[in-house]
Amino acid sequence: MVPVDYYVILSAILFTIGVLGVLIRRNALIIFMSIELMLNAANLAIVAFGSVIESFSGQIFVFFVIAVAAAEVAIGLALIVEIFKSKRSIDVDQVSGLKG
Amino acid sequence: MYFGESANYGFLFLAPWLIFFPTLGLLINVAFGHKFSERTIGAVASLATGAAFVVSIALAWTLSASHADVLRWRLAEWIHIGAVSLDWTFRVDALSTTMMLVVSGVGTLIHIYAIGYMHEDVRFKADPGRFQRFFVFLNLFIAAMMILISADSYLMLFIGWEGVGLCSFLLIGFWYEMDTLGQPSWSNSYAAKKAFVVNRIGDYGFLIASFIMFWAFGTFQFDAVFAKAPQVSQGLIIAITLFYLLGVTGKSAQIPLYVWLPDAMAGPTPVSALIHAATMVTAGVYLITRSAPLYSAVPIAQNIVALTGAVTALFAATIAAGQYDIKKVLAYSTISQLGFMVAAVGVGAYVAGMFHLVTHAFFKALLFLAAGSVILGMERGHHHVEHAHQDKSKKGKKKQEDRGEIFDPGDMRNMGGLRKTMPVTFWVYMAGTLALAGIPPFAGFWSKDEILLDASLHNPTVYWLLTIAAFFTAFYMGRQIWLVFFGTARHEAASLAEESPRVITFPLIALAILSVIGGAINLPFTGFHHFTHWLEGALGKVEAMNLDTQVALVSTALALAAIAISWFLYGRAPADAVRRDPLETLGVLFKGMNGKWWIDELYQALVITPYVKTAQFLADVIDGRFWHDWFHDSVVVGGFNWASRIGLDVYADQKGIDAFANNLGAWTQSLSTMMRKAQNGFVRSYALTFLLGVVLILGYLVFK
Repeated sequence: MVPVDYYVILSAILFTIGVLGVLIRRNALIIFMSIELMLNAANLAIVAFGSVIESFSGQIFVFFVIAVAAAEVAIGLALIVEIFKSKRSIDVDQVSGLKG
Repeated sequence: MYFGESANYGFLFLAPWLIFFPTLGLLINVAFGHKFSERTIGAVASLATGAAFVVSIALAWTLSASHADVLRWRLAEWIHIGAVSLDWTFRVDALSTTMMLVVSGVGTLIHIYAIGYMHEDVRFKADPGRFQRFFVFLNLFIAAMMILISADSYLMLFIGWEGVGLCSFLLIGFWYEMDTLGQPSWSNSYAAKKAFVVNRIGDYGFLIASFIMFWAFGTFQFDAVFAKAPQVSQGLIIAITLFYLLGVTGKSAQIPLYVWLPDAMAGPTPVSALIHAATMVTAGVYLITRSAPLYSAVPIAQNIVALTGAVTALFAATIAAGQYDIKKVLAYSTISQLGFMVAAVGVGAYVAGMFHLVTHAFFKALLFLAAGSVILGMERGHHHVEHAHQDKSKKGKKKQEDRGEIFDPGDMRNMGGLRKTMPVTFWVYMAGTLALAGIPPFAGFWSKDEILLDASLHNPTVYWLLTIAAFFTAFYMGRQIWLVFFGTARHEAASLAEESPRVITFPLIALAILSVIGGAINLPFTGFHHFTHWLEGALGKVEAMNLDTQVALVSTALALAAIAISWFLYGRAPADAVRRDPLETLGVLFKGMNGKWWIDELYQALVITPYVKTAQFLADVIDGRFWHDWFHDSVVVGGFNWASRIGLDVYADQKGIDAFANNLGAWTQSLSTMMRKAQNGFVRSYALTFLLGVVLILGYLVFK
């Protein structure tokens, strides 16, 4: 059986990649994918800890997260399409209408 | 102490009706007069005064039947403030009932006369609507006079004193928009104003005296004051009596305040008779008589009073001899006769003063009313003259103005020969003249002789002044008779004059009878001193005096001599169209008599002009330029502007409130300028911020 440390480390690596992707990349789709990556990193950690404590609650939690992520994708992609329609670009730095 | 509270005293309960009856009459005429005919208005007013006369008789009877000196009827609580405790109490004693009888009796006759007189007067003056107003004022006067004489305290007396002054003012200015000839002018208004202002000066004396009295005595009630008089210092009583004398000189037209009375003849003739001859002007004499215990306590004040009266008597008599206006002669005669009364009460002869007051009310009212009848007769004559001219020229009313002549129906130079055209008026005028001139056995002889007798015993100076005044009196009355009734008409109007109707001649005849026999109430023979004994109830024991042959002979001889001289000058060779007065040969002396010794001019120069100039100076320089222009506009407005601009605008508003609000805004703005930099619009920056926040919170949670 693979020790839980490995899962957690993998999860941390995935999460860090997601964070860096969100912070560094300007393409809205990439950022979106990075967010999904972070969500799944969290899912992985939850499932791992759930198996450690021999409980299904971790998996149930993850199901919820996946469902919410699916909904989020639907809304997020729709937003990106609309942004593209108005800006002809999906560069998030172009979307600075709330600049103070 | 109020005997009046008990009902045992006959008709005493009627006392308030002395005032209520005339008031009722005037209220009825005010409310319904416009619906009434002239006859009804006159009847209401005359009945109201007549009812007051009946009440006066009832009160006199009650007084004599009760054998009390004083009866009082308390009508209501009046003033109860602090130390002042006064009730509205009617005082019924011999003195007040005498006055009540004279005022309401003569007043009633004059009311009746006024019905006829005003009927014509309002038509000559072309405003019949004022008939109603006249009788309202006349009733108001009777009511005010009744308050004055029924008063039981100086304060209540003052109410009436002011009330009659007001009525005098209203009635002098009755034809306020014209002069005595009916021409448009404000001269009647000026006469009214003059009377009012001069009387105010006298009232000022009355008030000061009352203040001192309250300060010294603590009361206004007559008997309480007199009872306390011996304990009060002489100086204070002298001050009180002399200040009251100032009031008397105003109301009773004595030197130096007599000047209003001749001008008061601007009022309709019944007013001259009632207010300015028979009743109101005697209020001063009444006041001194009422205050007899005070005056008797200070001989100095008495002497001043006596001299004031005597000098006035002579002074006014000389002016009367030089007047051409029939009413002006009588006006100065009134001043002169009031001087006799004041001199009488001044020498302590209160009974003689009151006696003369009563007889004078009869014959002077008679003379004025008869003079009014003469004036009406002249106006009627003038009316005929105008008609005759109109018929001839058919030029209508323009005729009079074309000739440029303004007819004066009161100018004796226009009269003459009225004996034949106005016989009734002539005979009653004769009765009045003989009474005034002091020819026995007419009323005026007995009363004037009593004054002269008292004066000869107490004060020779006063006696001689009065005797000479009596000589002038007989002279100017003789002059008037010759000029008005004898000789030939000096104006067409006089030859066409008509006798007055019966409503006018009836009161004349009644007053003529009183003028002839009025002296009988107090003949100077033992057993005939009815009036003296009657007044003893109010004045204490009085020594009744019998005829002094010497005094009577001197005065009668002088009066007859004066009439003879007047006949020599005016009657012997009846003046026809010649208008020159034989007295004019006296030169400057006659100018003085005719010009009233320039007293009006003197007052004008001494008082009125400086007063008006001072007033103008105060109004223009002090109030206008200094106070308004400089102080108000510069100091107050400028100061206010300066203070508001510098103090409030700059410091308080701009540097305080404004600065606070502005700075608050500026701070907020600069703070938000700083803060807005965080809002850079880059989503990734926000994400980074989240990350840092999360790291911080987690770091805290982990490492705490």
